[in-house]
Amino acid sequence: MKKEYSEYETVIGLEVHAQLLTKSKLFCGDSTAFGLEANTSVGPVTLAHPGTLLKMNRKAVELAIRMGLACHCEIVKENYFVRKNYFYPDLPKGYQVSQHSTPICRGGYIKIKTGPGEKRILLNRIHLEEDAGKSLHDIDSENTCIDYNRAGTPLIEIVTEPGICSSDEAFQFLTELRKLVRYLEVCDGNMEEGSLRCDANISVRKKGETKLGTKVEVKNLNSIRNVKRAIEFEEQRLVNCLENKEIIIQQTRSFDAGTGKTFSIREKEDAEDYRYFPEPDLTPFHLSDEFISRVGSEIPVLQDKRIEKYTTQWQLSGYDAEVLTEERDFADYFEATIKYTSYYKPAANWMLGPVKSWLNENKSEIKSFPLKPDQFASLIELTETGKVSFSIASAKIFPLILKDGSKSPLQVAEENNLLQESDVSSLKPIVDEVLNKFADKVKEYKKGKRGLLALFVGEIMKKTKGKADPAVVNQLILEKLKSE
Amino acid sequence: MEVNDALIDKLANLAKLKFEDAEKEEIKKDLQKMIGFVEKLNELDLEGAEPLLHMSDEVNVLREDEVKGSISREDALKNAPVHDEQFFKVPKVIKK
Repeated sequence: MKKEYSEYETVIGLEVHAQLLTKSKLFCGDSTAFGLEANTSVGPVTLAHPGTLLKMNRKAVELAIRMGLACHCEIVKENYFVRKNYFYPDLPKGYQVSQHSTPICRGGYIKIKTGPGEKRILLNRIHLEEDAGKSLHDIDSENTCIDYNRAGTPLIEIVTEPGICSSDEAFQFLTELRKLVRYLEVCDGNMEEGSLRCDANISVRKKGETKLGTKVEVKNLNSIRNVKRAIEFEEQRLVNCLENKEIIIQQTRSFDAGTGKTFSIREKEDAEDYRYFPEPDLTPFHLSDEFISRVGSEIPVLQDKRIEKYTTQWQLSGYDAEVLTEERDFADYFEATIKYTSYYKPAANWMLGPVKSWLNENKSEIKSFPLKPDQFASLIELTETGKVSFSIASAKIFPLILKDGSKSPLQVAEENNLLQESDVSSLKPIVDEVLNKFADKVKEYKKGKRGLLALFVGEIMKKTKGKADPAVVNQLILEKLKSE
Repeated sequence: MEVNDALIDKLANLAKLKFEDAEKEEIKKDLQKMIGFVEKLNELDLEGAEPLLHMSDEVNVLREDEVKGSISREDALKNAPVHDEQFFKVPKVIKK
């Protein structure tokens, strides 16, 4: 890093739009499903036909409150919507219905991990609003084509305070935020499909300066990594401007993921005038304490609480606990499994080993994992009680019961003759046979080449097709060699 | 409130409309009258009066999250001045 960069600090605020996981739109019953044919999920309200009236989706209000409570926000009880007036063709009414002076959630924070420790990123607000339609510029050479399916989809906008100090912190914040919306089932968190979108407000200033520098806003950031890259590009550009005594213009920029650079899309000459006023077509709404506490009672146990439980109550490592709880469904499955077995660590190993690889190979999710937690637990019990070795269980029994879940792991092991042989009377003859065959090696062993033990064990495992219990085999060989 | 050329230009810009000078003069006169009429309300003492947010006393008129009420694409596109079988079409809004 050049010397001059270290004299500056970056100040970042993020605005994140998250599409709520409702079935229908914010103010009318059109579907919010992704990937429908253009303009097939529209109705008179979405298209802003005269005389239509809006009616608020209860579920959207609940999801916004759920997010607010999980972020430690104050829930604003007296709410109303306003019209934010501007002209753009993807906005059929000529205004966006949004919340201005009464955001449904105020304040709050999201915790992130940084080098020195935990940091709280403070939120300014979370408010409800409707999404716009989609403009397609390259279908037709003469016109812009508009698809209004997305218009009216419920969004929450999460606005942070300008308290993010680096691209790494922004990366951490978005990672935590995405995990949180998925845990809460507020939003699917898919940035490529645009259900989670992020704009970054960035400014730089000399260290020690208390006034904020002129900010630029970067849009079109479709992955967490690109948010980080855009911030890194922009902070350098802004410092270079200041070092060259150039004036920074307040502007909106876009990020080109191909080149890693940002470019200006419009300059904010005068402050935009949105002429906000209360939406007369929508009744105000009042949130009662009962309503808020009912929503609160539906919030699932979040990751940090789970990690605490996993490491203390079940004695798992911090790493295991973290990976197991990364996704709520995965953690739920683990917790369901250990209701049937108290082999916590082996259960964690199975989840992070064979289960995760199977899900990856099949591009599948734990929700559609074919094994029931009780079946899965009995497979774990099978190896932990020494009936089957882990390698046989994971390589042979696991795939078989995944294909046909009607039989128990024990049945599958029996039918396929996979049970571990720990019966001394049946193993003894095999041990004798092998040691006789390798009589010369036995002599060498007795002279002191102790490493040959592994060879004998290996031969016996071969003969038993891996089914012999290695502990018993070891014991038998040692006894036999001693007695001779 | 003074209605001048600057105000007319600002409003025209926000409304994405263009006016000839003669039209502007007309608008200026009309707008002055309208604003004068509404400014009459400023004479009222509204100390302590809450703003009226809605014409009815209804609150919490919420609907359940159900999919219903959409119309066919053919009907949706019917009233648009320019469209094809799939899309509404508007003048290019992005310069290439």
